[in-house]
Amino acid sequence: MKQINAVLEGVGSAVQLLLRSLSYAGTLPRQWARFIEQCYMIGYTTLPIVSILSFFIGTVLALEAGYSLQDFGAKEYIGSLVGLSMARELGPMMTAVLLAGRVGSAITAELASMTVYQEIDALTTMNIPAPKILVLPRLAAVLVMMPVLIIISNIVGWFGGAVVARYVSYVGISSEAYFVALRHFTKFKDVINGMEKAEVFGFVVVLVCCSIGLNTRGGPREIGASVTRAVVVSLILILVLDYFVTKVLM
Amino acid sequence: MDATQFCSKTRNPFTGHESDAVNVRVDNLTKRYGSLTVLKNVTFNVIPGEIFVMMGPSGSGKSVLLRHIAGLDFPTSGTVTVDGKDPTLESTRESIRVALVFQAGALFNSLSVYDNLALYPREQRSGDEAAIRQKVMHALKILSVEGAANQFPSELSGGMKKRVSIARALVMEPQLLLYDEPTSELDPVMSATISEIIATLKNEYSVTSVVVTHDRALALTISDRVGILMAGKLITLGTPDELKKSQDPRIIDFLNPTIDVNHPRFKKLETTETS
Repeated sequence: MKQINAVLEGVGSAVQLLLRSLSYAGTLPRQWARFIEQCYMIGYTTLPIVSILSFFIGTVLALEAGYSLQDFGAKEYIGSLVGLSMARELGPMMTAVLLAGRVGSAITAELASMTVYQEIDALTTMNIPAPKILVLPRLAAVLVMMPVLIIISNIVGWFGGAVVARYVSYVGISSEAYFVALRHFTKFKDVINGMEKAEVFGFVVVLVCCSIGLNTRGGPREIGASVTRAVVVSLILILVLDYFVTKVLM
Repeated sequence: MDATQFCSKTRNPFTGHESDAVNVRVDNLTKRYGSLTVLKNVTFNVIPGEIFVMMGPSGSGKSVLLRHIAGLDFPTSGTVTVDGKDPTLESTRESIRVALVFQAGALFNSLSVYDNLALYPREQRSGDEAAIRQKVMHALKILSVEGAANQFPSELSGGMKKRVSIARALVMEPQLLLYDEPTSELDPVMSATISEIIATLKNEYSVTSVVVTHDRALALTISDRVGILMAGKLITLGTPDELKKSQDPRIIDFLNPTIDVNHPRFKKLETTETS
């Protein structure tokens, strides 16, 4: 019962935070500098790790596909498998997982620390609502940066698959054949669906991490506990939402 | 008591406007956290322009009381009003400027001292960047910390943090200025300096000041009225002179504690608890 209450309380405070943040949406143009700063934090600083991860996901997909498909003489379809897997599922999901681990944890740590050390109270007395300057720019930034990250993730992943397809001996298909299959089976709609998924994941991750950070009570130990909770809750939500969003987009 | 007796000057040097100090009313305020009652039916009022000091032993509920006046906490029962309005409402914060000087400073650690002070006027869009710079540097100069403008809070000493925190409050041109233990963890000279600053601000800006402190010297020297809170109850309220003349043993012991190594207090407490 206690756990159910805690979950409902968490959902309630996240929804409340979302509504409060959205009520300040009109102030976003005046918060241009904060928005750009958050775009940098969420997009630019996450880009290297997203690229590395996507490259190797692409290579492993090509390796596995090549190994399985060689028995059926269907190696030419490796490109389609890598293309669709990256665009529809692995690109958005793995990028969201990285976002939760890298950006989400940092957001929770920062906001939890500000709460514990009364900086949020100071903002409140100054009539500067925390949702306005700390949450809204982050939510806006993640909506802008997730599609960019997904496009790069897809391209790098596809390229990783192409490298394996071309240079690993038992796969051994030409880059042209790989990309022809990829282009033939991976439609623009698949890429858009992946982006839509990523938007949902990213938005939820940032909202949950902000909410947990701002609801932290206690001292330094609770800051660490909040960061762990935020990452765990984010990962669970990504997996659960993945099923439902995929079903909706089918 | 006449409100005007506390307002020695009627113009705010920042705004040039007449004093707009506000009153505070606390009526039967009770605050419970679970089974723990922190404040019990506390009632008092603060007159516009006065320096009101709330003293009391550690854990007596002083800071909780201050958080209620600042609108950061909700009463379990009773009411707190600032200029007749509920301080927890956003509409009240928009119409009345209440600044709180936190015990630990609560400066924004990721911002420089200058940006800490400039945040409020920038967010409230009170003037262009040149006007904000002038306002910020003026506040830093009043508190003699203008040299720290480009430093970060982590690079400041305890006394400087307190002064920067007061300067940040000043930039808000507050109508009500709340201080939470402004002289704690400071050396005697710095404590005296902070007390002088609070008194000067009252004289020059005519703000209403509510100070929560253990500091006997501060309370009895610069305050207009002093209240003493013990175990969540307001046991006395009066001018510093009235307090000095009090015959209540609790007040005498609190204001002039003697150190008696032969009959230590904690032994008496142990005896009371076991009997």
